Amino acid sequence: MSSIGTGYDLSASQFSPDGRVFQVEYAMKAVENSGTVIGLRGTDGIILAAEKLIMSKLHENTTNKRIFNIDRHIGMAFSGLIADARQIVEIARKEASNYRNQYGSSIPLKYLNDRVSMYMHAYTLYSAVRPFGCSVILASYQDDEPNMFLIDPSGVSYGYFGCATGKAKQSAKTEIEKLKLGQLSCKELVKEAAKIVYLVHDELKDKNFELELSWICKDSGGLHVKVPESVYADAEKAAKQAMEADSESDTEDM
Amino acid sequence: MSSGFTNFAAQNGPDDWRDAAHSTGTSIMAAEFDGGVVIGADSRTTTGAYIANRVADKLTKITDHIYCCRSGSAADTQAIADIVAYHLNFHGMELGEEPLVEVGAAIFKELCYNYRDSLMAGILVAGWDKKKGGQVYSIPIGGMCVRQEVSIGGSGSSYVYGYVDANFKPGMSKEDCVKFVSNTLALAMSRDGSSGGVVRIGIITEKGIERRVILGNELPKFYEG
Amino acid sequence: MFNPLESAPPLWHNGPVPGAFYNFPGTQRIPAANPITHTQSPVTTSTSIIAITYDKGVLIAGDLVASYGSLARYRNCPRVIEVNPNIILGAGGDYADFQYVKSFIEQKIIDEDCLDDGLKMKPKSLYCWLTRIMYQRRSKLDPFWNNLVVGGLQDGVPFLGTIDKLGTAYTDKVICTGYGAHIALPILRDALDKKTNLNLNDAKALIKRCMEVLFYRDARSFPKYQLGIIDKDDGVKIEGPLTVEENWNIAYMT
Repeated sequence: MSSIGTGYDLSASQFSPDGRVFQVEYAMKAVENSGTVIGLRGTDGIILAAEKLIMSKLHENTTNKRIFNIDRHIGMAFSGLIADARQIVEIARKEASNYRNQYGSSIPLKYLNDRVSMYMHAYTLYSAVRPFGCSVILASYQDDEPNMFLIDPSGVSYGYFGCATGKAKQSAKTEIEKLKLGQLSCKELVKEAAKIVYLVHDELKDKNFELELSWICKDSGGLHVKVPESVYADAEKAAKQAMEADSESDTEDM
Repeated sequence: MSSGFTNFAAQNGPDDWRDAAHSTGTSIMAAEFDGGVVIGADSRTTTGAYIANRVADKLTKITDHIYCCRSGSAADTQAIADIVAYHLNFHGMELGEEPLVEVGAAIFKELCYNYRDSLMAGILVAGWDKKKGGQVYSIPIGGMCVRQEVSIGGSGSSYVYGYVDANFKPGMSKEDCVKFVSNTLALAMSRDGSSGGVVRIGIITEKGIERRVILGNELPKFYEG
Repeated sequence: MFNPLESAPPLWHNGPVPGAFYNFPGTQRIPAANPITHTQSPVTTSTSIIAITYDKGVLIAGDLVASYGSLARYRNCPRVIEVNPNIILGAGGDYADFQYVKSFIEQKIIDEDCLDDGLKMKPKSLYCWLTRIMYQRRSKLDPFWNNLVVGGLQDGVPFLGTIDKLGTAYTDKVICTGYGAHIALPILRDALDKKTNLNLNDAKALIKRCMEVLFYRDARSFPKYQLGIIDKDDGVKIEGPLTVEENWNIAYMT
């Protein structure tokens, strides 16, 4: 940050003279240090994919997941600080549960997104707290309609056909833009999602990573679940093959 | 429907006319048809045997597309309807779209269930929404809630269960359904001393509500021997 | 009998009473004029539940009517439900209370699914939890007016238990509530005496017979019912609406 030492970056409750809230921008930096997470919206559902960076070989597989269930019909993926994200998960689950309790039906994603965005935004307003160091993707499939939102640490959110956040969000977005999102089904998109995560993974800086894949679509019965093992295996295989083909063509170019 | 006088009169003896005001004389009804729902009610409000209001309106608006038919204590049901209308309209604004009928019914149920020891309310919630079209939900005194294709309520209803079972058909046309509802209510009103007056009808479809009144002297006539 | 409280009015409100121990202001509890009253009787009710274990699972049956006094008011009120792949639940008594109990059980299952740890509640746990809930509510003098029957597979072994509105609970191989306890239970016990290890077809035939007899002899019963099956091999199924096969031939025997 250029403005280090100007004193306007110490509190989320103060603007800098040029109208910025540095604490929020720093929170976004925290997000950019974390593994890439993408969401793809197909014709019949949503795919969430995460690149979970493995910091130590001593870690147990499948722990510290980056994709969560919020309700039966809602999934959430995040990039950023896991402890911060868990707080968001907790809040989102409570919102979903309260809604069901009060209104007797499952919470519409639009509504949940508003509530969670509002919550995250509230943490950008006070000097006593810091903003959340994570971005979250919310995904649902309700009434035959897939929906997806991405919320920033600032509390700003948009609906998306395809979105990415984390370390390699730029290159991931470029890849996502190549897809015909309005036409592909979830079955086809799983492979694309896996390919993108493998493609944008930086092998030099981050050695190991675990690919997480979940979907919520017609095939999963409108439930947000990890993709079945066979689908996962196929997608991972396709991704690895694509990588190999890619590296071969790279060497040819040279 | 009682006008709200209830227990305070108990000290005046069992024969006091105010003492009987707890009676819940009403005939209300709601039925789904192809494209919406028809709701209907009589217009009599009694305080014991005295008709406090002969042209009451028991069809109460909650939102543009959701109405309720009230039976039980007038004070209780009006208060509940006001609270639900507030919640549902607020919810509609938060959501940015028309609330679902099932959500309206759920809010009614929540109130009726949580306060069932102090309420006298039997409510029919009816309306139209994009998701499920015309719907009817019945919330009787204990605070349960079920969806029904056709539902009747109030003291007059017990006289016409047979008529409803014999004559209701799923997917009727609008006018057939209106005829069915007005016939049922006319029969209930003629047998139930606590129901009477005019029949008020509401037809709720995608376009909103269309209201009709069938005057007491223009009601369909049946066997009166 | 001399009662100081009645013989003389207190000197002042909450103050010392002649002839009684001194009670200083604020230490004497004046009973409320109107004690809080709670549900003293159910409103819309459903009748018996009958349940039986067999070699590979459990059956629970209950009819579909919710009565309003003697009026068969609602004729499509399901009250045998699948809780999760390990558990089925049947309930009789106040239908509003059942809907409430059902809603918080469902929320518990959703909370559990959200954890995504692959663990699912087992019938003994639900049974035990429900005993606590029912007992807690009766201790508040505001009982849930229900008979609950929990059936399921506890690590592959059939489990069947029941809890009433007081929190009284027991497990058995056959359980019937309400009128069923008088009419169906002897039939089931008799059958179990004759053949201890029933198979699915035996159990189904028995349930069918019991529902028929109950229809003849229980004035709050209804000829349409649901049958919940939890089977070691085939999992959970809620069959129905099934219709009681009636036989009125004895009418001709004059």
